[in-house]
Amino acid sequence: MGEEVIEIESAKGGDARRAAREHPWVVRFTHWVNAVSLFVMVGSGLQIFRAFPSFGAKIPQKNLLNWPKAYAIGGWLGGGLQWHLSFLWIYVASGLFYLAYEIFSGNYRQVLFVPSDIKGVWPMTRHYFLFGPKPVATEAYNPLQKMAYTSAIGLGVLSVLTGIAVWKPVQFSWLTWLMGGFHLARLWHFLVMWGILFFLFGHLAMVVLHGWNNFMSMWTGWKQDPDYISR
Amino acid sequence: MKDREFKKLKRRELLKLAPVLALGAFAIPKFQESLLKNGLAFSDWASSELFRQKHLAPTFGDSELTPFDKFPINGYDVEDPGVDFEKWSLTVSGAVKKPGDYKLEQIQALPRQRQNTRHVCVEGWDVIGRFGGARFSDFLNMIGADTTAKFVYVECADDYYETLDMATALHPQTLLCYEMYDLPLTREHGAPLRLNVPTKVGYKQAKYLTDLRVTNVVERFGYWEDQGYSYFYGL
Repeated sequence: MGEEVIEIESAKGGDARRAAREHPWVVRFTHWVNAVSLFVMVGSGLQIFRAFPSFGAKIPQKNLLNWPKAYAIGGWLGGGLQWHLSFLWIYVASGLFYLAYEIFSGNYRQVLFVPSDIKGVWPMTRHYFLFGPKPVATEAYNPLQKMAYTSAIGLGVLSVLTGIAVWKPVQFSWLTWLMGGFHLARLWHFLVMWGILFFLFGHLAMVVLHGWNNFMSMWTGWKQDPDYISR
Repeated sequence: MKDREFKKLKRRELLKLAPVLALGAFAIPKFQESLLKNGLAFSDWASSELFRQKHLAPTFGDSELTPFDKFPINGYDVEDPGVDFEKWSLTVSGAVKKPGDYKLEQIQALPRQRQNTRHVCVEGWDVIGRFGGARFSDFLNMIGADTTAKFVYVECADDYYETLDMATALHPQTLLCYEMYDLPLTREHGAPLRLNVPTKVGYKQAKYLTDLRVTNVVERFGYWEDQGYSYFYGL
């Protein structure tokens, strides 16, 4: 993948540094819009879940978990719905904008996990979890990252589809049917959220581990001296 | 590139993300309420666009019915507002040719429709019930309603109130319901007459109807809508 690379002269002399343009504007913009809207969708979604924290019958009702009100958005069910039904449009719009950009610009090659990435999965896993040697980086994202990001994008799409099945079980009855009915559609919607939160947990852990330079690249688009550029 | 220029370049790229800050408006108390109101209104508009008058809500076999005693009773106020069935009538007004008081027998004289449909509560639970009654569209025809009017507004014996958009009122599965599970409505389920609208969420299925108005102007859409719930809430 040919990211744009520039050389930077050091002000005090010494070695020149290099910087690669990793993230185009659309990716950065939709990343942060998505971060905010995901936060609101999860927070308000949990508020909605609080109203019926079960996936079975109403009578008798068996509650799955009592999610604390303090960790939900909207104050009450109606407030949660207002947030959820407002931000879903921002969430979907930024998601579509991102997907359209990735597809038409060809930038999807940066994140899309493809069959040729399979062989790199084990060496990378060994490095991350079993102190194995670090495989040589040849592109911005390693195979495990691609797998994680591709899954996250897939979960994002599923979050919308399961959401439609729950919100519109009459107009989109075929979608609800495809998900195994209304009860299961609610369950999938809920589980997809946990899937996204699981990704987010790993994502944030990696951001912390990789430091400031990496974090700032999602703001400015530029990363200094990335390991995949040989000096 | 000089170090200084690179810093400038990065700053410029950072500034290009300024539009993200617009989302912060949702955090400002002054704007929050109206933004959320507009967001909900947009969702309602989209929902009304998605609504198809000829698209039927799924129906279910008798074996899939929720047993009658497991069908939740969700009154907003009292379970029995003490309607006197002898004196009861539905008072019709507004954009209709034949306003006045309609007895239950007149509504029951219309063709009866029975359907096993899903009742979805805004809280997230659902039950499949068997409902019987007159098609709302037949009743609107009987009273000579102007079906180009926008709304049908109803009031209830327990002071509950609701509004249906005309497209939904004319939907073939929208019923003036006087039966559940082939038996006359019980008091706690809204006797003698309630709405059954399988294309709408639960709080739209008003019970203990007393008044019905065909109108273009509605001052208050519904009890729960006035607390902040969606006006359209089509399923």
